[in-house]
Amino acid sequence: MSGTILLFAVTAAQVMLAGAMALALARMIRGPRAQDRVLGLDTLYANSMLMLLTFGIRTGSTLYFEAALVIAVLGFVATAALAKFLMRGEVIE
Amino acid sequence: MSHAADLPLWAALLVAFFLLLGAGLTLIGSYGFYSLKSFYDRIHAPTLGTSWGTGAIVMASMIFFSVLQSRPVVHEILIGIFVTVTMPVTLMLLGRAALYRDRAERNPDVPAMDPPRGSLVASQEEEPAAGPDAAAGPSA
Repeated sequence: MSGTILLFAVTAAQVMLAGAMALALARMIRGPRAQDRVLGLDTLYANSMLMLLTFGIRTGSTLYFEAALVIAVLGFVATAALAKFLMRGEVIE
Repeated sequence: MSHAADLPLWAALLVAFFLLLGAGLTLIGSYGFYSLKSFYDRIHAPTLGTSWGTGAIVMASMIFFSVLQSRPVVHEILIGIFVTVTMPVTLMLLGRAALYRDRAERNPDVPAMDPPRGSLVASQEEEPAAGPDAAAGPSA
């Protein structure tokens, strides 16, 4: 019973997160300017991190947590560097 | 999902509720990010997914592993804290970069830069307005 409830909830959550990732990817491809693409990449990072957490619940293994943490750190560094590049034209000055 | 078959019913319901809440909020935020008109509207929408979306899914994962392993498992809170701390910083950086780019190409949709404070023009305009208080202020 609880396995059925969890299977339904995890599947629905993964479908919704996949839709969110597809919308972020569509805006990243379409985005009229560079800052739209950077923000789309940041949203894609956040959504894929949440997707990995739901994969961890689905498989019952804690390995996915570490991958999600690495993705969160990399997403922050990438977005900060890209925003600095848009502002100044170079990352380290 | 054979590992979850011996989970108590209340824990399964709680985990399912938080999972659906977080994923639904993330989907709403991403849809707003796709469909809003200007960049300054769009920059607000994904924060729905990074504040309550992340919080709810992290909470679901913490409840699930705590009940499954019969001990408190709280290391997922690291992700929640990290995202909560870093997301405003990145969005402030990105918003300022976008504003700088719009001002640099003189886009009429964004307000122009304020004159620098303490410049000659601004101080000459402020001088007569200080009239009655001139005795109290510095005479120079």
